[in-house]
Amino acid sequence: MTTPRKQIHLAAHFPGVNNTTVWSDPRSGSHIEFSSFAHLARTAERAKFDFLFLAEGLRLREQNGQIYDLDVVGRPDTFTVLAALAAVTDRLGLAGTINSTFNEPYEVARQFASLDHLSGGRAAWNVVTSWDAFTGENFRRGGFLPQEARYERARTFLQTAWELFDSWRGDEIVADKESGVFLADAGAGRFAHTDAHFDISGQFSVPRSPQGRPVIFQAGDSEEGREFAASSADAIFSRHGTLEDGQAFYADVKGRLARYGRSPDQLLILPAATFVLGDTDADARELAREVRFQQVSGQTAIMFLEQLWNRDLSGHDPDGPLPDIDPDPGENTIARGRASVRMYRDPLAVAAQWRARAEAGNLSIRELIIEVTGRQTFVGAPATVAGAINTLVQADASDGFILVPHITPGGLDDFADRVVPLLQERGVFRADYKGSTLREHLGLAPRPAGAAS
Amino acid sequence: MLIAARVAPVTRHIGLVPSVVVTHTEPFHASKAIATLDYVSTGRAGVRIRVSSSPHEAALFGRRDVPRLNLRDRDDPAVREFTAGLIGEAADYVEVMRRLWDSWEDDAEIRDAATGRFIDRDKLHYIDFAGDCFSVKGPSITPRPPQGQPVVSALGHGPVPYGLIGGSADVGFVTPQDAAQAREIVTEIRSAQGAAGRAEDTLHVLGDLVVFLDHDAGAAAGRKHRLDELAGQDYRSDAAVFTGTPAQLADLLQEWQQAGLSGFRLRPAAIPDDLEAITRDLVPELQRRGAFRAAYEASTLRGLLGLSRPVNRYAPAGRS
Repeated sequence: MTTPRKQIHLAAHFPGVNNTTVWSDPRSGSHIEFSSFAHLARTAERAKFDFLFLAEGLRLREQNGQIYDLDVVGRPDTFTVLAALAAVTDRLGLAGTINSTFNEPYEVARQFASLDHLSGGRAAWNVVTSWDAFTGENFRRGGFLPQEARYERARTFLQTAWELFDSWRGDEIVADKESGVFLADAGAGRFAHTDAHFDISGQFSVPRSPQGRPVIFQAGDSEEGREFAASSADAIFSRHGTLEDGQAFYADVKGRLARYGRSPDQLLILPAATFVLGDTDADARELAREVRFQQVSGQTAIMFLEQLWNRDLSGHDPDGPLPDIDPDPGENTIARGRASVRMYRDPLAVAAQWRARAEAGNLSIRELIIEVTGRQTFVGAPATVAGAINTLVQADASDGFILVPHITPGGLDDFADRVVPLLQERGVFRADYKGSTLREHLGLAPRPAGAAS
Repeated sequence: MLIAARVAPVTRHIGLVPSVVVTHTEPFHASKAIATLDYVSTGRAGVRIRVSSSPHEAALFGRRDVPRLNLRDRDDPAVREFTAGLIGEAADYVEVMRRLWDSWEDDAEIRDAATGRFIDRDKLHYIDFAGDCFSVKGPSITPRPPQGQPVVSALGHGPVPYGLIGGSADVGFVTPQDAAQAREIVTEIRSAQGAAGRAEDTLHVLGDLVVFLDHDAGAAAGRKHRLDELAGQDYRSDAAVFTGTPAQLADLLQEWQQAGLSGFRLRPAAIPDDLEAITRDLVPELQRRGAFRAAYEASTLRGLLGLSRPVNRYAPAGRS
């Protein structure tokens, strides 16, 4: 007997509102029409993927005080799209990003419990937090939450939602016509919850859903985010897609589970990954280069540079050298509504690295940005990509991947047709669905009815 | 809302109108959800807005204190002030939803490879709404929906909500007990509509009716009676309760239509019995009388209601 091989988990990420998504390609379709979502969902289900994932942002991004116009802009409402997708798919998990800052637990719990009913047990919730007053300008409470309180609110929000999901055991509805009794327990759904963030009580109106609770995802990479995932999530959506980086992250997060009384198989690590396929590895590399140039136009390169430099650089030629001046070291005010700018903790040091790299390679601004913002995880012929995915999973760099196609909506078609069969042949990816709920696809234990959290 | 979305891909013509409680929710979320319902249904979305006045509903959200008042006592100044506040907030909520639907001009997505721009940001608009209960900056994260403005509706039982219907809605649901009352209510709503400066707009007033329908009137009344016995009390509703035959119901609908109603929202008393009786027996009866469509004449809900696709409030004249 050889060591049993790990089964790979795969998910599809609907292309996002950033420059990974290539809108200028002739094959690129609508990011709003339902037919695009239905196409990607059907492709993912044909390939027996675990789930489809939708991101969300609640304010359009801005740079230099203007709406950012170089990437795809605009997206539909998450719950509405997922509920409609439940009508055109049977098994595929439906995962939505929903903010815990600008929503309330009663409403979100109702929506996820409803989605779980309407999809027959396929709902998942990616719990995200935000605090910024910029996003808050679209909501009643504005920027009410201090940055340091956002994870605390997320934790208590989730805890409160769990109490609501668990307020029904699942056996209360008897609907007995003879006796005229509908509910065996008139107290079904009763709840009362008070903490520093929430003070709510009443009767939860959605009976227990097929999964009991939706599957919980977490996407933050900070110390607090990792701890939140270890305590509360079923899967973590990371960006650590390489071998060493992935293994370090994997070991770190799985190592945190024991202190919450959880075992390593109760939290899946699923990094986001992009891919470019070709008939040969050389073809794929050439295609990947073309895609990078599509993703980073001259205008986009200047915008990326501005995010680090924290200055208006619109006068610079993207095909020319880096600016002579240094970044403005103050608070980053140039780009808003975008998570990536917070990655530059020491802008002067990063700028010095970029300068050295540009000088060593004789790179223009655009060529440099293409190199330093590289986002292609898997590049190669189908067999190469299948091999690379399997290697990373078997080496515990991840439990699988959330694939981000760069073309909407057909960008996953080739992967489904050419890579998935190879993974199935190797016996590391399902040839068909074995269960009907997302929890079953992910190999997570079912939630016991009415279990206390 | 989610049920309407789940139903959209499996239907083709019928309008889908979920209820949204405005008192405890975010207009920004509701606006993009209804816009998205319009996308997934290709132009069949509407919304029914509802205020919530009860302390126990407020406790579910825990965000505001609601006074314990006897809301039927309309002479109590505290009741009047509370109700007017809720309705005023609902009108602001509709205004924000409508502005957000228009916050993208129809041709804002340009995909201009030469300049690298996906959108023409001059065609996206901050709505900058500031009211007593909330402020909303905009623009929406969702482009303008297929109908431009999905259909807004509200149910009303008295003068203050009639003002909301007259000032903000495309469709009002009302609950007259007879034709004379229907006439009075329609007059009141038309007057509110005029006062809001919307006299030229199409505004439908639909009558709500609970329906027990059977082949003979005695059987219909008998079914109601049997349910009343089982419940141990007479069935009561905010709307009039009809028992009778399809022909009798058709007579009543036509009489009330003469009184000024554009149509009806029928509430089947028992599912599926009365829903099936409505579609199987009442609809053919109305079609025989030439009072109801034999086929869908439009593909959008606005089209079915005779509403044209509105011009975007933010588009400069000459640009749609």
